[in-house]
Amino acid sequence: MIAVMASEGLAHDLLRLFPALDEMSPWLSVPLLGLLGCALVTGWITVFALFAIWLERKVAGHIQCRLGPMEVGPHGLLQTVADGIKLMAKEDVIPRSADRILFIVAPVVVFTATFLLFVVLPFDKHVVVADLNIGVFYLAAIASLEVIGVIMAGWASNNKWSLFGAMREATQMVSYEIPLGLALLSVVVVSGTLGFQGIVETQSGWFWRWHVFRSPFLALTFIIYYIAALAECKRAPFDLPEAESELVSGFHTEYSSMRFSIFFLAEYAFMFLVCGVATSLWLGGWNTGIPALDGLTGPLGIMIRTSAMLGKSMFLVFLQIWIRWTYPRIRLDQVMYLCLKVLVPFGFASLIGATLWELAFPGRVWFLQI
Amino acid sequence: MNTEEVFATIKAALPGATIVEVLDNKDPYLLVPARHLVDICKFLRDDPRLKCDFLQCLSAVDYLDRIAVVYHIESIFHEHRVILKVELPREDSRVASVTGIWKAADWHEREAFDLVGVRFEGHPELKRILCAEDWEGHPLRKDYAFPVDYHGVACNFSKARLEWAERGGKKSAS
Amino acid sequence: MDSVQVSGPGDIRTEEMLLNMGPQHPSTHGVFRAVIRTDGELVLDCEPHIGYLHRCFEKIAESVSYLQVTPYTDRMDYLAAMNNNLGYCLAVEKLLGVQIPPRAQAIRIMVAELNRIASHLMAFGTYGMDIGAVTPFLYAFRDREMILKFFETICGQRLNYNYVRIGGVAKDLPEGMVERVAAFLEYFEPKIDEYNALLSYNGIFIERTANVGVISPELGIAYGLSGPVLRGSGVRRDLRRDEPYCGYEQYEFEVPVGTGEMGQVGDCWDRYMVRVREMKESVGIVAQALKQMPAGDVMSKEIKRVIRPPKGEVYVRTENPRGELGYFLVSDGSQNAFRLKVRAPSFCNISILREITRGCMLADLVAIIGSIDIVMGEVDR
Repeated sequence: MIAVMASEGLAHDLLRLFPALDEMSPWLSVPLLGLLGCALVTGWITVFALFAIWLERKVAGHIQCRLGPMEVGPHGLLQTVADGIKLMAKEDVIPRSADRILFIVAPVVVFTATFLLFVVLPFDKHVVVADLNIGVFYLAAIASLEVIGVIMAGWASNNKWSLFGAMREATQMVSYEIPLGLALLSVVVVSGTLGFQGIVETQSGWFWRWHVFRSPFLALTFIIYYIAALAECKRAPFDLPEAESELVSGFHTEYSSMRFSIFFLAEYAFMFLVCGVATSLWLGGWNTGIPALDGLTGPLGIMIRTSAMLGKSMFLVFLQIWIRWTYPRIRLDQVMYLCLKVLVPFGFASLIGATLWELAFPGRVWFLQI
Repeated sequence: MNTEEVFATIKAALPGATIVEVLDNKDPYLLVPARHLVDICKFLRDDPRLKCDFLQCLSAVDYLDRIAVVYHIESIFHEHRVILKVELPREDSRVASVTGIWKAADWHEREAFDLVGVRFEGHPELKRILCAEDWEGHPLRKDYAFPVDYHGVACNFSKARLEWAERGGKKSAS
Repeated sequence: MDSVQVSGPGDIRTEEMLLNMGPQHPSTHGVFRAVIRTDGELVLDCEPHIGYLHRCFEKIAESVSYLQVTPYTDRMDYLAAMNNNLGYCLAVEKLLGVQIPPRAQAIRIMVAELNRIASHLMAFGTYGMDIGAVTPFLYAFRDREMILKFFETICGQRLNYNYVRIGGVAKDLPEGMVERVAAFLEYFEPKIDEYNALLSYNGIFIERTANVGVISPELGIAYGLSGPVLRGSGVRRDLRRDEPYCGYEQYEFEVPVGTGEMGQVGDCWDRYMVRVREMKESVGIVAQALKQMPAGDVMSKEIKRVIRPPKGEVYVRTENPRGELGYFLVSDGSQNAFRLKVRAPSFCNISILREITRGCMLADLVAIIGSIDIVMGEVDR
């Protein structure tokens, strides 16, 4: 049963390690595997968020000619842990006139959407929770769930400013899914498959086989995707929904302690996710770009390839942080202008362009057969 | 134009009004009757020789026997200035509003009304600006009695202050 | 939620929202309240409410002696306290008719212009932060910190100085101050170009501020605007040059005005850029003051212990970083002022808000308030 369910990924590996799983009743083994996957993803999200928040504060500090956290732990590495403990110990305030059920469910929805997307992200040839053969489609579909959570949060807070943030957020996120989807489609057309591992495998070999170097149109779609992903993450310059100086804190103004930390966690997890997706689709995923290293087997090979994937994703995360602390915020109508009048036409053009280019020069890197 | 010429022009424009020049002050000014104020101000703004388009400051002063409203007006174009003073009786301190002539007067007149109690007739929205909307009394008047409390919050703490308020805000000597 | 039914085009039911950008808000530059009626993101009407920081300065000035009023003047526009002190002292000195020694005048100009730089740095930094760029704020404060350290060395206080006194300044500059300030000026001047590259000519910043909150010169003059707000609309009016006080006629400096470089003349970008350019000019003025620092007393000998100006009324105006700061002083010959009315530049500048925010977006409102650069301490006094 399990063998049928997943040809690759976690289930496949576990089957080899624990053949007893195959003999277990599916009612038992499927939830067990599911829980294991959840645990792994949650673990990864938590560790990453811990690191990413520290990185953000350090990068922000150094850009602003100051040091950032230095006290807790060496160079402030344990600062996020301390902040997490502080957040958990805070009083959980729910405004009296807030819609209780929606208020409590909203952060869960936002987090779940992000959480579910980690299932398809590949870290190595066989290190993925579940390699769905509709991976990209799944990504686009689940990512839009987050909007519901944000609107719920803004509405349930019974606060006009939160509502403003939620409305801005809804507009922004829903609109930017169009260029996001167009960029994703371009890659799907070139690689011929919706599954993540398949797309990464079409980029195996030397690093110039990566999609971003494949054709000028694909390079353009990478940029379009990155901008749209910035907007989806609600990061500056698109952080209007949480515009601190205008709306106090946007849609999560009324949230405190654990509920707020769920939003926070979800935001950083989503940051890594979009960067991981960008890496997998355009920058070769877990391919190091050097065939010799890619061919290594065993734990060393896994480590090298996973580090390659993490390194590339972390660089994109760093880039997001860098952009946030350099640029001001764009106004909502300018955000919409950028989306509908700039990114969407360019997205369509590059989709068609990428398709035609692939037809004209199949399997080549620009014009070269290398 | 220097000050004397400006004064002369104004006096010539309104021959019927009793305008008094006060020249022995460090800043010479014109004492104008309240009923001619708007005409004079309109003339100041519109006459091409004067072209006083900038209202620098509008202050209300409570001289103990009368209340005066002082207008400091300037011409950015010609770079000269005029000071007008209008004197009003304390019990009935009303004067026409110059908001229609200089928009800057809007908030200045609201402040003068709030703090000194001068009513500006013709003002679009004469309400308190610095004090709370339901504050009683006009603080910058010399006979202002500090309230003892405001919505239950004590304003006056010392006995001396309470006695002072009972005296009508006057010092005990003179 | 308060809402008013408004029938939109084609009989679609739309509702207006009544929002309160309350006294507590991250970007209202103090306790300033704006009651906004919006149709979605569009602002239909914005009514400012002030008075939350009213501390009865004018009433207090009537019951304390002239010397004791100076610390209160600091606390009105607390970001430009030296200039506040200066204006008040000039008013009293005009009544008294005293001559200020040249060294005191040079020191006054030096600290006033340094304060102008500090104030404009604050305006620049917080404006960037309002628009969303947090980094320039930190850079501005790093440089402002150096200026505040100078002030602390000179008079012991970082923000409310009480240094410019009636008749001169409180005490002479410490040893080595001139060299230190000169070193700072050399460090700071190229920084302005750096900030321009970071924020002023940033595409997103320009999009947020150009063509937003346009004030025409006629409107500005009618509303009594002054300072960078009026100069941003193209009116070249600077009291330091047009009605020089305190020895400004001996200094050479330009008066930058808005030229509509990025959009229309009189938009937020112009007002902001006028401040940035003024910082450069102030650097020049301080350099000149340091070079020509005459020797001598710092306090006039004619000032007695108890100051009793003769009976009279004066109105003295100075160029505050925010505009024309006027003191109308009525003296009755006693040792307290009879009436001290302060014409605060921010009070007049913010009165135009209702007029120029009709039809702008909510995000623009923040940009406009930031570009007018108000300090509630002097709006409410």
